[in-house]
Amino acid sequence: MTQSDTWRPSASLGMIRARAEMLSRIREFFRQAGVLEVESPVCSRYGVTDPAIDSFAARYTGPGAAQGLDLFLQTSPEFPMKRLLAAGSGPIYQLCKVFRNGELGRRHNPEFSLLEWYRPGYDHHWLMEEVADLINRLVETPLPVEKLTYGEAFEQTLGLNPHLAGIDPLRRCAIEQGISGAGELIIDHRDGWLDLLLSHLIEPGLGENGMTFLYDYPASQAALARVRGGTPAVAERFELYLSGMEIANGFHELTDGREQRRRFVEDNRRRRESGRPVIPMDESLLAALAAGMPACAGVALGIDRLLMFLTGCNDIRQVLAFDISRA
Amino acid sequence: MASYSTNEFKGGLKIMMDGDPCSIIENEFVKPGKGQAFNRVKIRNLKTGRVLEKTFKSGESVEGADVHETDLQYLYNDGEFWHFMDPQSFEQVSADQAAVGESAKWLKEQDSCLVTLWNGSPIIVEPPKFVVLNITDTDPGLKGDTSGSGGKPATLETGAVVRVPLFVQIGEAIKVDTRTGEYVSRAKED
Repeated sequence: MTQSDTWRPSASLGMIRARAEMLSRIREFFRQAGVLEVESPVCSRYGVTDPAIDSFAARYTGPGAAQGLDLFLQTSPEFPMKRLLAAGSGPIYQLCKVFRNGELGRRHNPEFSLLEWYRPGYDHHWLMEEVADLINRLVETPLPVEKLTYGEAFEQTLGLNPHLAGIDPLRRCAIEQGISGAGELIIDHRDGWLDLLLSHLIEPGLGENGMTFLYDYPASQAALARVRGGTPAVAERFELYLSGMEIANGFHELTDGREQRRRFVEDNRRRRESGRPVIPMDESLLAALAAGMPACAGVALGIDRLLMFLTGCNDIRQVLAFDISRA
Repeated sequence: MASYSTNEFKGGLKIMMDGDPCSIIENEFVKPGKGQAFNRVKIRNLKTGRVLEKTFKSGESVEGADVHETDLQYLYNDGEFWHFMDPQSFEQVSADQAAVGESAKWLKEQDSCLVTLWNGSPIIVEPPKFVVLNITDTDPGLKGDTSGSGGKPATLETGAVVRVPLFVQIGEAIKVDTRTGEYVSRAKED
């Protein structure tokens, strides 16, 4: 790429049309399903505390904020959409840009598009069905659907129980399975080792011949999902994989405001431990949960990756009008 | 030597790995949406030429390797080492068998080679893409055969053996492609 052609799009014009077609079919799907399209602020005074997600910061100065106001660019529209749910919006969806710092690669661009939707009264299984319906509306021939618990995926591929195994057996497994360099990795959290095994050994085989939903995650990876008690306790969370690529992440949503606050505080404790910035937790979301959010399931789906799948691309730049290097 | 964080990884970056200088071939960023980020890299060990994979936790740092490539003139072989000279500074370096490897059979005195230096010592020697070498031995073939079909083996002044057309004779200079080890043409008389 020479300087003189950096003005050109990274996607072909055919791809830009394919994106428009996909977006209009998604909107049609939700119109028929009676789900309301909404918009919410991209900038917020609150950020996401998740230790594995980093926000971009922005600053507003002007009327109402003479000294300046620090804002975060959203990493997902989850918090404001939940406030709409608590205010009685009913089922809603949003197509929007989200921003995640530090993420760039074949499947990552720091700015990307999410489709996020919420279904009051649904649980994660019901929502998985609707995700599958939407995908099948966008492909030429319907794809078979496979559902696998997180535990089953680990048992089948690696022969270990991800809910019980400690750091040592997880590390041993990574070494025995030939993840080069695993022996020298310093990862002090069990979930980091699970992420290593999942991303290197399990994910590439998920969604090979259709859609694969992984569900019932370790309780330690609940994020904003409900945890269902039992042995072991599991998070009512799911992810969709297509051709070895993570496409969507959904929850049977946590509605308990006190539990949500406890998780935000715990996230920030882990951030502080690892020397990362502590993020102001979203008090507006917590207030909405306290006021009462209807029981619901919600999911965020990566639009760019979905377009990659639909068009058979293996690099996200091919589906973006202008990737970060041309932004 | 500086160290590099995974954010600086890209094709061609030279890093130290298990005590050997390596070059990054491919760098892939892998991250579950809500999980730990990793960099999966493919690297070539510059001493052995072997390609290996390695996973780093994103944000980790690794030691850089003091590696650079330079054009050096081949001087002579003393039986153990191959000696090269920088045509600008006239500084000399010597390369061992491990560094020269298969290239040895193409090295002709005065020719310019691309030499990879690690901490100032050669670890890879690449001969010019085309070399002109004299034939020291070959069967006296059929005169007048210009088809080039079949051909015959010819031993060159450096010891290399290449297939040449039947019309090429002992004492002639030929041009050889060192990447394929194939005869290209007779060298122009000048």
